Amino acid sequence: MNLSLTLLMALPLLGAAVLAALPKANALLAKQIALGSTFLVALVTIAMAVGFERDNINLQYVESHQWIPSFGINYAVGLDGISLVLILMTTLLAPIVVLAGWNESQNGRWSTKTFYILILVLEMMAIGVFAATDVFLFYVFFEAMLVPVYFLIGGYGTGERSAAAVKFLLYSLFGGLLMLASIIGLYVISGTQGGHTFDTQALSQLQMSSTTQNLLFLGFFIAFAIKAPLWPFHTWLPDAADCATPGTSVLLLGVLDKVGTFGMIRYCLTLFPEATKTFTPTIIVLSVISIIYGAFLAIGQKDIKRLIAFTSISHFGFITMGIFAMTSQGHSGATLYMFNHGFSTAALFLVAGWMISRRGSSIISDFGGLQRVTPVMAWAFFFAGMSSLALPGLSSFVSEFLVLVGTYTRYPVAAIIATFGIVLAALYILIPVQRALHGPITAGNENLSDLTLRERVAIAPVVVIIIFLGFYPSPLLKVINPAATHVISQMGFSDPAPTQLGGK
Amino acid sequence: MTFTAPVLNYTILSPMLIVLAGALIGVLVEAFLGKAFRPIVQLILTVGTLLLSLVQVFRIRESESLSAAMGSVVFDGPGFLLQAAILIISIISVFLIADNENFTALAAAIPGSVEEHASIQQGNKVTEVYPLTLFAVAGMLLFPISSDLITLFVALEMLSLPLYLMAGLSRRRRLLSQEAALKYFLLGAFSSAFFLFGAAYLYGYSGDISFAGIRDSVVGGSGNDIFLLIGIAFVSVGLLFKVGAVPFHAWSPDVYQGAPTAVTAFMAAATKIAAFGAMLRIYYTVFANAQWSWTPLLSGIAIITMLFGSFVAIAQRDVKRMLAYSSIAHAGFLLAGVIALNKAGLSASIFYLFAYGVATVGAFAVVTLVRDSSGEVTDLNRWTGLGKRSPWVASVFAFFLLAFAGIPLTSGFIGKFSIFSAAYESGAKGVVIAGVLSSAIAAFFYIRVIVLMFFTDSHEDATTVVIPSVLTRITVIFSFVITVALGVYPAPLIDFINKFATFIR
Repeated sequence: MNLSLTLLMALPLLGAAVLAALPKANALLAKQIALGSTFLVALVTIAMAVGFERDNINLQYVESHQWIPSFGINYAVGLDGISLVLILMTTLLAPIVVLAGWNESQNGRWSTKTFYILILVLEMMAIGVFAATDVFLFYVFFEAMLVPVYFLIGGYGTGERSAAAVKFLLYSLFGGLLMLASIIGLYVISGTQGGHTFDTQALSQLQMSSTTQNLLFLGFFIAFAIKAPLWPFHTWLPDAADCATPGTSVLLLGVLDKVGTFGMIRYCLTLFPEATKTFTPTIIVLSVISIIYGAFLAIGQKDIKRLIAFTSISHFGFITMGIFAMTSQGHSGATLYMFNHGFSTAALFLVAGWMISRRGSSIISDFGGLQRVTPVMAWAFFFAGMSSLALPGLSSFVSEFLVLVGTYTRYPVAAIIATFGIVLAALYILIPVQRALHGPITAGNENLSDLTLRERVAIAPVVVIIIFLGFYPSPLLKVINPAATHVISQMGFSDPAPTQLGGK
Repeated sequence: MTFTAPVLNYTILSPMLIVLAGALIGVLVEAFLGKAFRPIVQLILTVGTLLLSLVQVFRIRESESLSAAMGSVVFDGPGFLLQAAILIISIISVFLIADNENFTALAAAIPGSVEEHASIQQGNKVTEVYPLTLFAVAGMLLFPISSDLITLFVALEMLSLPLYLMAGLSRRRRLLSQEAALKYFLLGAFSSAFFLFGAAYLYGYSGDISFAGIRDSVVGGSGNDIFLLIGIAFVSVGLLFKVGAVPFHAWSPDVYQGAPTAVTAFMAAATKIAAFGAMLRIYYTVFANAQWSWTPLLSGIAIITMLFGSFVAIAQRDVKRMLAYSSIAHAGFLLAGVIALNKAGLSASIFYLFAYGVATVGAFAVVTLVRDSSGEVTDLNRWTGLGKRSPWVASVFAFFLLAFAGIPLTSGFIGKFSIFSAAYESGAKGVVIAGVLSSAIAAFFYIRVIVLMFFTDSHEDATTVVIPSVLTRITVIFSFVITVALGVYPAPLIDFINKFATFIR
């Protein structure tokens, strides 16, 4: 059978359809089917990644069918290195999330099978959003994927879940509608220059006045900045991450938010090169603020889930900075960072989720001495933390280093300030590690059970990927680099030669 | 003076004639048939009439005529599309009207009187509502294809009068219903007066009541522009009243709330198509060359309507009032299509009207299902937890709300996209930006209802959802399927509309 993106999107949908046909009572079977479907999707993605020609900068696995011809809308999908890596991340995370959060759906408002239907639909849409090469199709996935996430947070979360879900949805919809205005603008302009189209390639050739370009750019950028989330558009994230189940949080921060940073590369940069140059200094400043602000707030958090959410804001600052540094190292680093962040956040959230469900509290000070009670869980959390603070030898280190190097060559001041983010990262990770894992055993923690076999199996691939890519990132970089270089050269940038201090 | 017999093109007029004939037979059925048979006979008669008329409209779709009734009626592609849309929406709504419990047993009885009680005891049903519906439909069919001011006015009255009556037929809370009917009637009479006043000025300006004659004067530009401006302004007031645009919207929340829900559904969906159809024809053909004079005004009204409807809807605690304000906001979006004044705008408006109409009927059909012992419950506070008790009904309603909000993969999104892109293309960027912002505001109250249904735990005095009867089920399922289909694969309908969407003049 020919591998295709359509097949890849059909598989989770098929799984969801099978689940829908199941009787409600059989929760175990629903979980097994969900695991099986996501696992199969992951296998197919790996097969596609193996078949991907790394040095070919053209889109691959291209498919295009007319959808609404009178508006020039096509169902058009294809992969370049960047989207391949992100789809790979999505489909690898999905079975891990299903396995790790085996009992997550228990406290929900609805049945277990509904939970997994939502997860599978979300996975399908996430693949679609990364694969779309038609702006309209991208937008459809971009907006439609809010609906399953909304119900996942509001229906299965904890605490003020419905308020958090609404906040998430309204923020995202607001950004999405601004983007819709920009998309309409592009559509109309394309109509005056050779016919209505939504094809990303064709749209990148449009001639626009700089005012138009700036306005349309902002429509896209604000939508992506809300999604990513970049300071000051981040306020929905801590609430959402706090209330969602750990698995949903992984998908939210690991996959959904990447759509924002991916969109910046795919749409902001390629469609509006001039406007990008205009706004780059501002965006670099926002990124640096995100890095430092996220880190400081993370240090101050008492709640472990909110802490992870703020660390992510800091990390997204790094990614955005890498993207807008306009160097090939920065770009490769940012894309690799997106991939790595997905796994290190998954590790943090999943282990934190297990700790919270055992202890019945998410306040860091309620933990303590876990190292002695539950050594495996403690080590897993420690490892996830190290990955988050980018310890050399773990995957995040490579990407963070690339981003900083790539930024330094063009924006040295920003890079230097951002480096403080790494120092702060050590603080925000080591403080909870010290409080939760070490020291005397806090009352109430004496009888916590250690990770079960299922949980160990779920976390093992994450650990393996993080270590493997920490030592040997080149399989991914070889896929990313050509695409990243291509974007940079299309923008008319070339890497500045490194200057040597005092070498005049 | 010699009398010339009018030459009528009966083929072109046949869809309306069929509906009128059906209505008259319906009146006879009321007069001569026994009570027991009336409901079923009337239902079959009404649906049959509407279907026959629909078939006939499709058969004459290729014919174009400027002189169907001595120049009073023009039939062209948009006319065909609008008539077909009105008929389809009417058919879907008739099943809802037929269903229910909604109508008073004896309209003539004073609320709370002995007579009324006796009539309820006997199990009477107002079957007059069927011929009234057909008369209204006939008026609606004529409205968008009228081509002189007098015919337009006659059509306006013909569609309005039955609706005034129908709004007062509610079974429960009859005083509220009668108040709504009276309010609708009085304000409708005012707007008719405005309309006639404007028509008189247009006649003064051009010396002609036919659209063609007025257009020639506008193109020639020889007349007195003050007369033209006054004429356009007052005719617009009459039409804007019917579509419920701000500041002529005051009637709609009360009428939507007071009228029997089935009537509200029919009125909200079908009247809007007819009224916007007539507006499109007038602005696209008659006033097109005087664009300078009305675009700024209409743009302002569109922006105010969108924002006002969206903002005020947030404060509503009654689902029917909320839907009324949402329909005001949608009228604003539709005005963007009128302002666009290009072919894309016409196609987009027709698509939007159809998609919105279908979703509206579906949403109101769901409202009729949520009841307690004293009838329909429209207080949103009592809709809490509906998703738990009746997941299917709540999910379908949520889907219609998402369609109103314009979330992708629903018909509402395609409609919104096409209408905004047409407006943007014509340079009305301000309207598009206001539209996008008010969509964001509107999303808030649609989502709030979803939160109430799914994420809030229910009160003790919980409402129940009645098992829908076959008839209501038909309405809901049809609306749902069309809304999904137009969201996922709208290409066939859009192409079909594009093929026909050209006014002849």
